[in-house]
Amino acid sequence: MSHIKVKIKEKDLNTIKQICKSFNNEPKELINVLHKTQEHFGYLPAEIQEVVAQELNVPVAKVYGVVTFYSFFTMLPKGKHPVSICTGTACYVRGADNVLQEFKRQLGIEVGETTEDGEFSLSCLRCVGACGLAPVVLVGDKTYGRVAPDGVKAIIDEYKK
Amino acid sequence: MEKVKLTIDNKQIEVEKGTTIYKAAKQLGIDIPVLCYMNLEDLGIENKPGGCRICVVEVEGRKNLAPSCSTEVWDGMVVNTHSMRVINARRTVMEFILSDHPKDCLTCAKSGNCELQDMAVKLGIREVPGQEYAEMSEYKIDFSPSLIRDLDKCIMCRRCEMMCNEFQTVGALSAFNRGFEAAVGPAFEMDIEYSPCTYCGQCVAVCPTGALTEKDHTRDVINALADPTKTVVVQTAPAVRAALGEEFGLEAGTRVTGEMVAALRRLGFDYVFDTDFAADLTIMEEGTELLDRLTKHLNGDKEVKLPILTSCCPAWVSFFEHNFPEMMDVPSSARSPQQMFGSIAKTYFADKIEVKREDLVVVSIMPCLAKKYEAQRDEFKVDGNPDVDFSISTRELAHLIKEANLDLKTLPKEEFDTPLGESTGAGVIFGATGGVIEAATRTAYELHTGKKLEDIDFKQLRGLEGIRKATVDFEGTPINIGIAHGLGNARKLLEDIKAGKSEFHAIEIMSCPGGCIGGGGQPLHHSDSGILKARMKAIYEEDADKPIRKSHDNPYIIKLYEEFLGKPMSEKAHHLLHTCYFDKSRKVEIS
Amino acid sequence: MHLLVCGGTGCRASASDSIVESLKQELENKGLSDEVQVIMTGCFGFCEKGPIVKVLPDNTFYVEVKHEDAVEIVDEHVIKGRQVKRLLYQDPEKKQSISDSKHMDFYKKQIRIALRNCGFIDPENVDEYIGRDGYMALGKCINEMTPQDVIKEIKDSGLRGRGGGGFPTGLKWEIASKNNADQKYVVCNADEGDPGAFMDRSILEGDPHAVLEAMAICGYATNASKGLIYIRAEYPLAIKRLKIAIDQAREYGLLGKNIFGSDFEFDVELRYGAGAFVCGEETALIHSMEGLRGEPTIKPPYPAEKGYLGKPTNVNNVETFANIPVIINKGANWFNKIGTEKSKGTKVFALAGKINNVGLIEVPMGTTLREVIFEIGGGIKDGKKFKAVQTGGPSGGCLTEKHLDTPIDFDNLIAAGSMMGSGGMIVMDEDDCMVSVAKFYLDFTVEESCGKCSPCRIGNKRLYELLDQITQGKATMDDLQRLRNMCEVIKDTSLCGLGQTSPNPILSTLDNFWDEYVAHIKDHKCPAGQCKDLMKYVVIEENCVGCTACVRVCPVGAISGEKKQPHYIDPSNCIKCGACIERCKFDAIIVK
Repeated sequence: MSHIKVKIKEKDLNTIKQICKSFNNEPKELINVLHKTQEHFGYLPAEIQEVVAQELNVPVAKVYGVVTFYSFFTMLPKGKHPVSICTGTACYVRGADNVLQEFKRQLGIEVGETTEDGEFSLSCLRCVGACGLAPVVLVGDKTYGRVAPDGVKAIIDEYKK
Repeated sequence: MEKVKLTIDNKQIEVEKGTTIYKAAKQLGIDIPVLCYMNLEDLGIENKPGGCRICVVEVEGRKNLAPSCSTEVWDGMVVNTHSMRVINARRTVMEFILSDHPKDCLTCAKSGNCELQDMAVKLGIREVPGQEYAEMSEYKIDFSPSLIRDLDKCIMCRRCEMMCNEFQTVGALSAFNRGFEAAVGPAFEMDIEYSPCTYCGQCVAVCPTGALTEKDHTRDVINALADPTKTVVVQTAPAVRAALGEEFGLEAGTRVTGEMVAALRRLGFDYVFDTDFAADLTIMEEGTELLDRLTKHLNGDKEVKLPILTSCCPAWVSFFEHNFPEMMDVPSSARSPQQMFGSIAKTYFADKIEVKREDLVVVSIMPCLAKKYEAQRDEFKVDGNPDVDFSISTRELAHLIKEANLDLKTLPKEEFDTPLGESTGAGVIFGATGGVIEAATRTAYELHTGKKLEDIDFKQLRGLEGIRKATVDFEGTPINIGIAHGLGNARKLLEDIKAGKSEFHAIEIMSCPGGCIGGGGQPLHHSDSGILKARMKAIYEEDADKPIRKSHDNPYIIKLYEEFLGKPMSEKAHHLLHTCYFDKSRKVEIS
Repeated sequence: MHLLVCGGTGCRASASDSIVESLKQELENKGLSDEVQVIMTGCFGFCEKGPIVKVLPDNTFYVEVKHEDAVEIVDEHVIKGRQVKRLLYQDPEKKQSISDSKHMDFYKKQIRIALRNCGFIDPENVDEYIGRDGYMALGKCINEMTPQDVIKEIKDSGLRGRGGGGFPTGLKWEIASKNNADQKYVVCNADEGDPGAFMDRSILEGDPHAVLEAMAICGYATNASKGLIYIRAEYPLAIKRLKIAIDQAREYGLLGKNIFGSDFEFDVELRYGAGAFVCGEETALIHSMEGLRGEPTIKPPYPAEKGYLGKPTNVNNVETFANIPVIINKGANWFNKIGTEKSKGTKVFALAGKINNVGLIEVPMGTTLREVIFEIGGGIKDGKKFKAVQTGGPSGGCLTEKHLDTPIDFDNLIAAGSMMGSGGMIVMDEDDCMVSVAKFYLDFTVEESCGKCSPCRIGNKRLYELLDQITQGKATMDDLQRLRNMCEVIKDTSLCGLGQTSPNPILSTLDNFWDEYVAHIKDHKCPAGQCKDLMKYVVIEENCVGCTACVRVCPVGAISGEKKQPHYIDPSNCIKCGACIERCKFDAIIVK
């Protein structure tokens, strides 16, 4: 078997190289680099990790080890409207789980998945610090407080094309 | 060194400050059970993540139990290694580990040789409560040319990760995922074949469970032996004879060369040959290449690349193909002894016995797992027929011998067949780190100086230090020799060469700790470096006992050149005994 | 005149930024932009009643303000000097409006040290911080005190680490100061990960300079010239404000070289967490900052000896740092008079759950749970009965009625089977099933375990599974014995604080709510009526008129029956979704 090829667009390659360079290509900056890269691309697919590994001179297995360790990093693209349900304790005792179930039902996807049309993705997060508004749901950057299961549809409808 | 006094299980002991509870207890003869902990003393290889928590002990005044493998003693410490609190904890933790481990011991490759199994026996585990509804972590099994990864059996001891990254600096393996889903593997859970893995097999050598095992080829060997149309020849690598006995309860370091030959003959191999013969051949080719480059260099040729690096070790070859593709002209082009043997067996020898290439099956017994991959490389095939058909490990050979109801201990000592079974002491020492370069020096010295060596033991080249340096005086010409075992050490020497800072004329590199004696296919050392040392001693004893100890004095080698190859580095030799290397680095391409 | 608008995350989620805009617009319309300043501050704490707008100098405290109220606030209050009565806080008991927050039950018992500036200053303006004695403590340290003096002051104050462990801060500094190295580090742990705790976030959002000043003081005391703040990437507002604060401090020469004209040099950088609770553990945090998987390692060596990049490193959490400038300014003897014998000062709690006044509070150590829950917190929501309060997050435990009069401090909480943790305080009422609560926390721990050590990686999973069996009514009484043993072994053998405390929610509920576990096992009943598997939906035949509405709404076809005849719910098909109950107009379906 000859060498392993990683295919990537030139523009993307240059972006990653630039990000790595802005952190002096130092291995200890791996997490910062991944943050910046994910900020730019939205997610961290294998080929991006391969390039980061090469630029920082870290084994790609280690990069993958870091990416899969931290829940903030994702290898899958998120939906256009990422829905995050807070499952912190305050939200939990105020019924976050029922809200989550309703989102799953309405969107027809499980946590960590994206709808087929790429519009919505569903994730859980721990405490956004808005416990006064529990249960809390985020769609993109917008926060919805005191969400009840019967209010779920209205939230989704806001974002439907 | 400052000393501290402590009490373990009511016994007093004084140890050096900085000693761990585990080591202090060992001095008292108390063997605290450990699972993830591993220490190859004198080789600087230690794994102590403190992860399995089997080795916990009770320390007076401490709130929770202490992991003995990684807790340092202090003056006045009082330790109890077997209080009921400890025993209950150890059992419960073991039940946890087993609750996430398949129970297919009957068919597991590690059965009978498994540290986890032994621990379950020691701790008296009879059931795993709650197993009915306990979820188990699941991964796909990865079959590669050399090794099999079954992560369902991974207990996260991290030994393989440590070997792959710290000792070998290969970086094929890393812990991935988090929590219950965590395991150790290549990036993106890809098959190891597509990772920078060199198949050195050190992950397999240290894995305490059946998570990492060799790709078993014994069935292929049995089939070949059972096929009446095939002539089956076998070659055995030097390090095998120094370790095989361990599988039969013999003390480490017991040489079983003669018994091994007898066993192979009884297994039905038509010809029992020795890879050591090919090792001698390697010296002829590699030594000549070294002298050739050296002479040119001394004559002021700036083009010639020095140092020359050995190329016997297939994992090392993969390593520079993956990591230093720009330096592929530095290592010798000589094939490894296994491949030289296969090539000569399927040409010279096949002609001699008038057997067609396709009817001749070459089996190799190797201390190594990378040899399995090497045997399958395309450049070592003629019209799809490989020079070496099957490569099996020392462990696999032991299985075959046991399966055939043979007891190695009671077999007579028998001799190898000729012509490919005759070897010199130089061929034997290939099995230990420093051996190849010592063998090459014996020959190169005599060829270069035209003088006979008085003392052929180059003791300064022997030992266990990771990187060794020595200067050998070639009658006024000082030759600087470097030796590295472990790819991490090799990397350092390569970086020097790359930076133009290397002081060496020749460098020997072996991937495994101690050289081939510590190979990934050897009987498991279970983290006892004493075993490696004993094997090394056996190798040098075998060398000392040999009537001929220099490769160029091997009469069958001389004959081979006379009858077939001409002279070293001849066109024929080049075709059959040399190879080229391939760039296997990861490349980013624009799409 | 100043209009302070809460810019904490809770209030911003309720669009407090649009209130700022509307107020500014309205002031401009009225030509008052120069006289009245609108400032977005950090969190006021009273999240339940947010968004909050406070008017200075008269201290009028408006609650639940909407952006359309801006016109009235400007017209009435600013121009005519009349309070907008309808926006004032209504005392639920006395039924009268209260305009000054200091008369509200929520604020009455609070003493604000760590939160001193939150809700008072514009966190994006260093001058406002300086205006409230900001950076005075740093100046005092550099000009009047030796590093040893600073350490002594902190030691004398009795301040203990607010991140959870309660380790004496001064002692920690002293150890770090004694280890010599060419480079040392001060790290601020802002990886607040407890579900239901947001005090660190509020401090960083509301008073970022307090943390920077304290880190510089720590740097001076321990001879470290570099500071790092490890902050959750999920806290964008806090990150933004910290960045602004760092820039401003550098501009003013409060960070960088020759601080206050001395030789002392100190600068701060940000490092981002990436969503791993275990990184709250200091060795894991350090590995994470080094670009590695956030796995903890065995101590010793402690970070004070071998920390970030192998150099001596002092790690403190946000709230701990926030106390430092006050201690230096007012003296150890002022600080150590607050609190209990072994726990000095105050503690910030994030009060949440089934409580009337959700919010961020700061009370002196030694305040009782009763005072916090029933006075400050205003009691249980919807008049329900108090059942338990969970402190310490996933590492803590559930306390009950009998603990209500226990003065809160580090040691009392541990004695009661819980812990201080970072300060999450979740109140539960009679509708909460304690087995499910324990399961909720274990779900969290299972997800957040790093996987390095086997008791935490596998053991917690097994705890979760057994709790799940209990909530399904499939466990035996022997299993409870096994549950307790597993908990104890996991505590006893885990590598880091995560595993060493993860069984606490189970152990404390086993101790305090044993009967509830037994009810699940022996009676197959969930007393709180929360465990779906133990519920049964049945039709009360007398009430059922056979309208078939329930048949039509049932998503799984579990209901059958003839028209005008009592219907029947097949328990083997019923998924207990509750749709039938909602639809039935005759109260003919109940949960048993």
